[in-house]
Amino acid sequence: MPALVAAVLLTVASATSGGNPVAYSFAAVSLVVGAILLRFVGRRYRSWGYAEREDDLLVRRGVMFARLSVVPYGRMQFIDVTAGPLERAFGLATVRLHTAAAATDARIPGLEREEAARLRDTLAELGEAQAAGL
Amino acid sequence: MSAGTPEGWQRLHPLSPVVRGGRATIAIFILLIPIAFGGDTLGHATPQFAVIAVIVLAGFVSWLVTRWRIEDDDLRIETGLLRRQSLRFPLAQVQAIDVVRPGLARVFRVAELRLRMAGSSGGTARLAYVAEHEVEPLRDQLLALARGARHDEAAPAPTAELERPVPEEHVLATVGTGPLVASILLENWWIAVVLAGLLAGFAVSPHRVAGALGGGGFVWAVAMVTFVWRRFNQQYRLTVAEGPDGLHLRGGLVALTAEVIRPGRVQAVRLVEPALWRPLGWCRLEVDIAGRQRRKGEGEAQRGQLHALIPVGKRSLGVELVDRLLPDRPRELSRPPRRVRWKSPFRYRALSWGRSETCVATTSGRLRRVTSWVPLEKVQSLRRVQGPVQRRLSLASVHVDTAGRSAHATLRDRDAAEAATALEELTDLARTARRRPAIA
Repeated sequence: MPALVAAVLLTVASATSGGNPVAYSFAAVSLVVGAILLRFVGRRYRSWGYAEREDDLLVRRGVMFARLSVVPYGRMQFIDVTAGPLERAFGLATVRLHTAAAATDARIPGLEREEAARLRDTLAELGEAQAAGL
Repeated sequence: MSAGTPEGWQRLHPLSPVVRGGRATIAIFILLIPIAFGGDTLGHATPQFAVIAVIVLAGFVSWLVTRWRIEDDDLRIETGLLRRQSLRFPLAQVQAIDVVRPGLARVFRVAELRLRMAGSSGGTARLAYVAEHEVEPLRDQLLALARGARHDEAAPAPTAELERPVPEEHVLATVGTGPLVASILLENWWIAVVLAGLLAGFAVSPHRVAGALGGGGFVWAVAMVTFVWRRFNQQYRLTVAEGPDGLHLRGGLVALTAEVIRPGRVQAVRLVEPALWRPLGWCRLEVDIAGRQRRKGEGEAQRGQLHALIPVGKRSLGVELVDRLLPDRPRELSRPPRRVRWKSPFRYRALSWGRSETCVATTSGRLRRVTSWVPLEKVQSLRRVQGPVQRRLSLASVHVDTAGRSAHATLRDRDAAEAATALEELTDLARTARRRPAIA
């Protein structure tokens, strides 16, 4: 995402900064790069997903490294909802699940804020109902 | 216990600050020696005296403000003069209890009690120090409470019923000194090489070696010796025994440790065979328990190393012990498809995995062969990961995450379809294993 922003800024800056051909070709290059990045962003966006199943939550993420995590509700220790400045500007939030294992890597980015809150509450409730000891 | 205060609050042993000071205490004594012998230097030594007085006073105050007691099912410790801390440790979450006796503590006949708790923040309740003769009954009492016995049952003055001679236990293995030294040097063969080189150099031309040591090499030499010494000190005559309240580990040369790992708290078991051990048929058996503890003085030597049940031993012995810990371990392991050789040419030969109804086993390692077993009821989460190279070859890995420190089983480089089914199967099996009432 920051790379995309940078590409856009570069394009705009070099296109407006003056009439010499170098600047224009630079603008063209960054436009192309931006387009490619946009495709990547799209692919990455499509790779995100989650499914609430009866006993566990499935979380999918990643294009290059495709990850699919299965987190049983009973194993959840706590749930984080975070929203960075950019996410806040678009009314989004990231939900992250933590288990007792540090390696657990279940993150659901880019949820609508209401959906994030709902998910958090549901998960907390389910986690409580199925909690299992270590 | 020495100074009982009202409401069951108890103090630590009065000599605690002395022992806790450790090396500082010894340094103070060394400082005092010239003063004691040369009477006329007394006047010059006033600043030293002031420093010593402050240290002693600080130690005394810290002892004075620290107290502990057992409240129902919790252990409560209050400490701190300016920043008062009140810590509460629920005994039901105790993973293991250690009794640690550093050299100085043995001189003063005191011991430290450490309760290792679950949780990633790695809480460790430390009672440092308690009189030696009180430690064992106290540990038994805490273990009984942790098992779920009520306070009033376990409480009757920790002398009466709890003073059994020795709880009946069954010794499983002891480590010999020779193999231990050999194993440490073989595993860290570069240390052995450097040390041998130094010794040989010393014999030939002491001056050169001394010069090299003076020029920064000295620090390295000290670090290496400390590393070897730590390992040796910790694992000297380590004995594993099976008792009614879990696995007992005892050992140590100067600092004695005795710990009890409660049954059903083992998150993973790992059999490690470093490259140079394999010709000798040796292995190390490690268990992983929950909680991440970075204790002082443990750091370097223990990093990357788990709890060794057998620091070194014959492979057959290790396997026997694994059978005892995980009776239903998978017997047959399946190998990855041949095309994995393109991705991990060195690891290919070592890779395999298998599962039974209650347990997953995986093997891996390039030079160091590692076999891990994870009981399915301990599985925290499962992950399937597919990297770019794996996708080309239509492979995938499945990670089995546990709450342990570092041992987790990974089904590395399996056929993508197999990985997908394995993920489903393991999820289901882990669910049923979780629902089953815990064994013992």
